[in-house]
Amino acid sequence: MKTRSMNRAVRAPGGLSLRLDLRALIVVALLLVAACAAGVALIGTGDAKIPAADVLRTLAGHGTAYQDFIVNELRLPRVLVGLLVGASLGLGGALFQSVSRNPLGSPDVLGLSQGSTAGALVVIVLMSGSTTQVTVGALIGGLATGLAIYLLAWKQGVHGYRLVLVGIGVSAIATAVNGYLLTKADMVDAARAVVWMTGSLDGRDWDQVWPLLALCAVLVPVVLAGARGLRMTEMGDDVANALGVPVQRVRLVLMVCAVLLVAAATAAAGPVSFVALTAPQLARRLTRSPGPNLVPSLCMGAALLVAADWASQRAFGADQLPVGVVTGVLGGGYLLWLLVTERRAGRI
Amino acid sequence: MSAVAESVSKRSTVNRLSAENVTLAYDQRVIAEQLSVEIPDNSFTVIVGPNACGKSTLLRALSRMLRPSEGRVLLDGQVIQSMPAKKVARTLGLLPQSSIAPDGITVADLVGRGRYPHQGLLRQWSAEDERVVQESMRQTGVAELADRYVDELSGGQRQRVWIAMALAQQTPLLLLDEPTTYLDIQHQIDVLDLCAELHETQGRTLVAVLHDLNHAARYATHLIALRGGEVIAEGAPNDIVTAELVEQVFGLRCQVIDDPETGTPLVVPAARKARAERQRLTTAS
Repeated sequence: MKTRSMNRAVRAPGGLSLRLDLRALIVVALLLVAACAAGVALIGTGDAKIPAADVLRTLAGHGTAYQDFIVNELRLPRVLVGLLVGASLGLGGALFQSVSRNPLGSPDVLGLSQGSTAGALVVIVLMSGSTTQVTVGALIGGLATGLAIYLLAWKQGVHGYRLVLVGIGVSAIATAVNGYLLTKADMVDAARAVVWMTGSLDGRDWDQVWPLLALCAVLVPVVLAGARGLRMTEMGDDVANALGVPVQRVRLVLMVCAVLLVAAATAAAGPVSFVALTAPQLARRLTRSPGPNLVPSLCMGAALLVAADWASQRAFGADQLPVGVVTGVLGGGYLLWLLVTERRAGRI
Repeated sequence: MSAVAESVSKRSTVNRLSAENVTLAYDQRVIAEQLSVEIPDNSFTVIVGPNACGKSTLLRALSRMLRPSEGRVLLDGQVIQSMPAKKVARTLGLLPQSSIAPDGITVADLVGRGRYPHQGLLRQWSAEDERVVQESMRQTGVAELADRYVDELSGGQRQRVWIAMALAQQTPLLLLDEPTTYLDIQHQIDVLDLCAELHETQGRTLVAVLHDLNHAARYATHLIALRGGEVIAEGAPNDIVTAELVEQVFGLRCQVIDDPETGTPLVVPAARKARAERQRLTTAS
């Protein structure tokens, strides 16, 4: 992390001035290209393989009827859900990690995913609900968990370690509830529950795309408007307050956005593990810039998730894996590495 | 006299920053009651007192980090809590005790963050911002460190960087909470010299909490001595620092002599034997 950030100021007459970090811009551009490339590859993958050129032509509306059905009806929604879920998790994770000033303060560790899972399992096991009902249940579970963490950890503002420790406690409780619900379930419900719990993009269609897209369209601008204030809070509450940042308000608004993003993403694709943890860390290592790195984390999340989904379909031959297995294995390894290096740096 | 002229003449007698009958408390623990303090304009005011006398708490209230449970803090005649946060931040700066340098941030970047209250979504980095940051780094002697990482610097250098950040905020009033803590004596003097220079050459009003009474007496133009949340004495160090005051405020017997370098009061604690002797006499009587 030892390269000077490349800040450039762009100024226009009339007092307009923007500050751009060139390196971060390049990283964002490359990640977007990577996410789209992985998306095209993913669309071409499956029982009916389609070359990338044909995929692009079909996306532009010039494919055959057969290709149009496969690409635009069957596979594009899955890729879009993947991109949106990954982006939401990356952005939500970056917000959580910035507020807690701790890479471990990510939604995976804090129990938000377990809370969403509890909501989904209640619907699957106790109510044998439909897919839509499961989504709603997961959403409610995630939001309720976010609220519980807020009530328990928020004492005149939130502090890194209290958030992480309360989150680990909430996570343990939710895991226990989930275990109990699974033991109560019959075989069919249990199998359905386990598939959901792994996190998967199988069978996602346009019905999942629109709500996620709408939520992101509202929340991303709100988050980006608060980003400058959030950057200041990384120097401590007193410094940020002294600079005129309404610290508690900024933090509350951003936490609500982060919980909504993560809960919605989890409701759409199940608890895809560790994307929220790893995306901000990887983005930060690429941009080498201090601060929350929100946009790079968002792009990194999208690229990671779609690439992981592609890998889960290609890497193991005929055995297709749910995407959560791939992100779990990669992310878990990354978490271990992070724990070791953070420990060496004396931060844990 | 017209209304305008009257308000102007009134203004000129009132200092920009003051606390009026404030009660300061953390949760239920009351630190100070009915405390009133005026910060004279263009002064280098130093607040001294024993541990837990409320001096940092007072500074927190003056910088709107702590809301008084009663009374009010006034900045330019307005209740400080009722003013827009960014407007306060353009008038009054604070260097708190606890500050965190984000991982991997350079000196120039950190100092640049002091420009936040002057910026907005469409005015992110003006030529003026650039100029002020350069000037702040020059004034604090960290210009040649601009591209270094803050976490690589020594404690003294780091404190200078934080002061540079507060300077970049360009506030006529600057509050410093124990700016010399954790520094060795050379760097303590270094930081205090810097404060004195900012006060003298730029006419900024400085308010600092200091532990060392001799530093306070040497550098302050206005001294506020607190004990148990009450102002025991305030004024120029030469007028108020006496052996009686030190005993009253700190419970320490001492002599006050002239500082051979500056002529300001110098507090020399009584030897252990002399203090024991006095203890014996007071218990005997």
